[in-house]
Amino acid sequence: MSECIALTALASGARGAVVEIRAGRGLVRRLEALGIRVGQKIEKVSGPFMRGPVTVKVGNSRVAVGFGAASKVIVEPEGEGK
Amino acid sequence: MKILLMGNPNVGKSAIFNRLTGASVITANYPGTTVQFTRGRVRVGKEDVEIIDVPGTYTLEPTCKAEEIAVKMVDEGDIVVNIIDATNLERSLNLTLQLLKRGKPMLVALNFWDETKHTGVQIDVQKLEEILGVPCLPTVAVTGVGIKALIEKMPEAKVSSYDFEDAERWHEIGKIVESVQKVTHRHHTFLERLGDASIKPFPGILIALGVIVGTFEVIRQIGEALICYVFEPLFGNVWAPIMLKLSAALGGKGFIHNILIGRLIDGNIDFRESFGLLTTGLYVEFAAVLPYVLSFYLVLSILEDCGYLPRLAVLADTLMHRFGLHGMAIVPMILGLGCNVPGSFATRIMESRKEKFIAATLMAICVPCMALIAMIFGLAGEHGASALVPIFATLFVTWIVLGMIMNRFVKGETPEILLDVPPYRIPYFKGSLKKVWMRIFWFLKEAMPWVLFGVFLANILYSVGVISFIGRIVSPVIAGILGLPREAAGGLIVGFLRKDVAVGMLAPLHLTMRQIIVACVVLAMYFPCVATFAVLLKELGFVDLLKATAIMVISALVVGGLLNLILSLLWQ
Repeated sequence: MSECIALTALASGARGAVVEIRAGRGLVRRLEALGIRVGQKIEKVSGPFMRGPVTVKVGNSRVAVGFGAASKVIVEPEGEGK
Repeated sequence: MKILLMGNPNVGKSAIFNRLTGASVITANYPGTTVQFTRGRVRVGKEDVEIIDVPGTYTLEPTCKAEEIAVKMVDEGDIVVNIIDATNLERSLNLTLQLLKRGKPMLVALNFWDETKHTGVQIDVQKLEEILGVPCLPTVAVTGVGIKALIEKMPEAKVSSYDFEDAERWHEIGKIVESVQKVTHRHHTFLERLGDASIKPFPGILIALGVIVGTFEVIRQIGEALICYVFEPLFGNVWAPIMLKLSAALGGKGFIHNILIGRLIDGNIDFRESFGLLTTGLYVEFAAVLPYVLSFYLVLSILEDCGYLPRLAVLADTLMHRFGLHGMAIVPMILGLGCNVPGSFATRIMESRKEKFIAATLMAICVPCMALIAMIFGLAGEHGASALVPIFATLFVTWIVLGMIMNRFVKGETPEILLDVPPYRIPYFKGSLKKVWMRIFWFLKEAMPWVLFGVFLANILYSVGVISFIGRIVSPVIAGILGLPREAAGGLIVGFLRKDVAVGMLAPLHLTMRQIIVACVVLAMYFPCVATFAVLLKELGFVDLLKATAIMVISALVVGGLLNLILSLLWQ
């Protein structure tokens, strides 16, 4: 099992699975509604650039998550990173 | 009976609403296009029933104000048509399952059905229908596929008996998706790659700059071409002779003549200076402003429908945070470039009071509407870039500085961006054109009465001497601080009503380049037009609008005064 990191630290283009969201109920719900929830596999598209948002691919959609929220989403990077 | 159209943001509710009712609601490819309810009527069988386009929501556990309103609506409906994005089944079903629990008769429309093919998604609609216990059918709203079937199925809407533990909802959704959906592997399409490229800082920012520069160039070219080849000849060759005949019939002078035709210049009509209702009034709106408005909305509609705006929002997010806003605040700014009225409505997508206040105030002060821009082109254009660049650069710099100042002093929270970025879609040509037409029609309907009233009022105020009276009173400010001639007071007064007419009133004053630059900047900043003011009153409330107005006046005087000072020193 590889080390778990914040979504902000995940390399662009890398995949991973969400293992934990360290946030309050409200934010968790909003992230869940957009498909970002524990157990979900995601692929990071880009970011964060100058503390800007992180864009991830979840299922068939792309979701942009602000820097603060993204740093509360903990992911487990998948295998070789690509 | 009431039918509610409900679903996640950007699944095509408004497009389906337009199809069902034949109505015209603005649609676009980004979440949050619809910020208010639209009611319409649709014929189901022999009955004429009310149908409501509800703003999108991801969940019935509201996470923001717009969603709260949507949630309250559920109880009012008799039938809920749940529109879901067939290419995003899992996320959509979250709301579907919550709606099922409300015990309302329901139908499910799987929209974007055409896109399931190239995204490699296969959905067994029959099976989904069996599981959910309500009728399900595929639709493609923009082209109208499945709409007739949707209306025919309406009476079959029923209350689902599907039951589940709320805590187990995501698990439940997983099971449903597992059994009805098959995803085949496929390669990324060109549009997807382009979509991802334009959201990365590199090359995204380069693409954004290209899009912005390209957009302005296209707007300018189309606008100029329309003026040069259509509207100028129309006014010069067709309308002018008619007006001259009318002028002769009215005896060439007198009160009515002055109101309708205005002053003849060397026995001829000068559409820029005559200042009659039927001459300058119509000319300003149709030959100067409309061509640019038309060209702006043409380009905007394509940008909106292809899905570029959310990407620009993500790229702009870092900058917008300096202003206490987040990336989506570019939407009211961009809509404001067309007209500040829809721009003000669009501030509803902002969640907190602080964001809304800053976005609305910044837009009202620093974002010139197309009508104003067109007139600035007309007035300052003859001096070329050396007049145009200082005007727009000043507004842009003020936008940044004022944004940072307000972020520091306005209390409240700035939530972070959390945005679904839709895929690029090739705009449906007929739909985009219809939207341009709707906006032009709306623009003329809203603007024309104010323009004519502005010209009328200017004439009256001039003839009874009110303008020169006010000019004398405010002369210390206008002449002393801004360095403008006293007569410019007329333009500033009419500017409360309409900016385009106000700039038109400056034309006969033969201002120097410095005065033109200062006057245009001050006119853009000191007050939004009355129509925008009315919307802002509704959106911000009385107290906040009062504060916003104070900021407008102060910043107009400070920036206008500084600009006058700097330019006089530079161009001595």
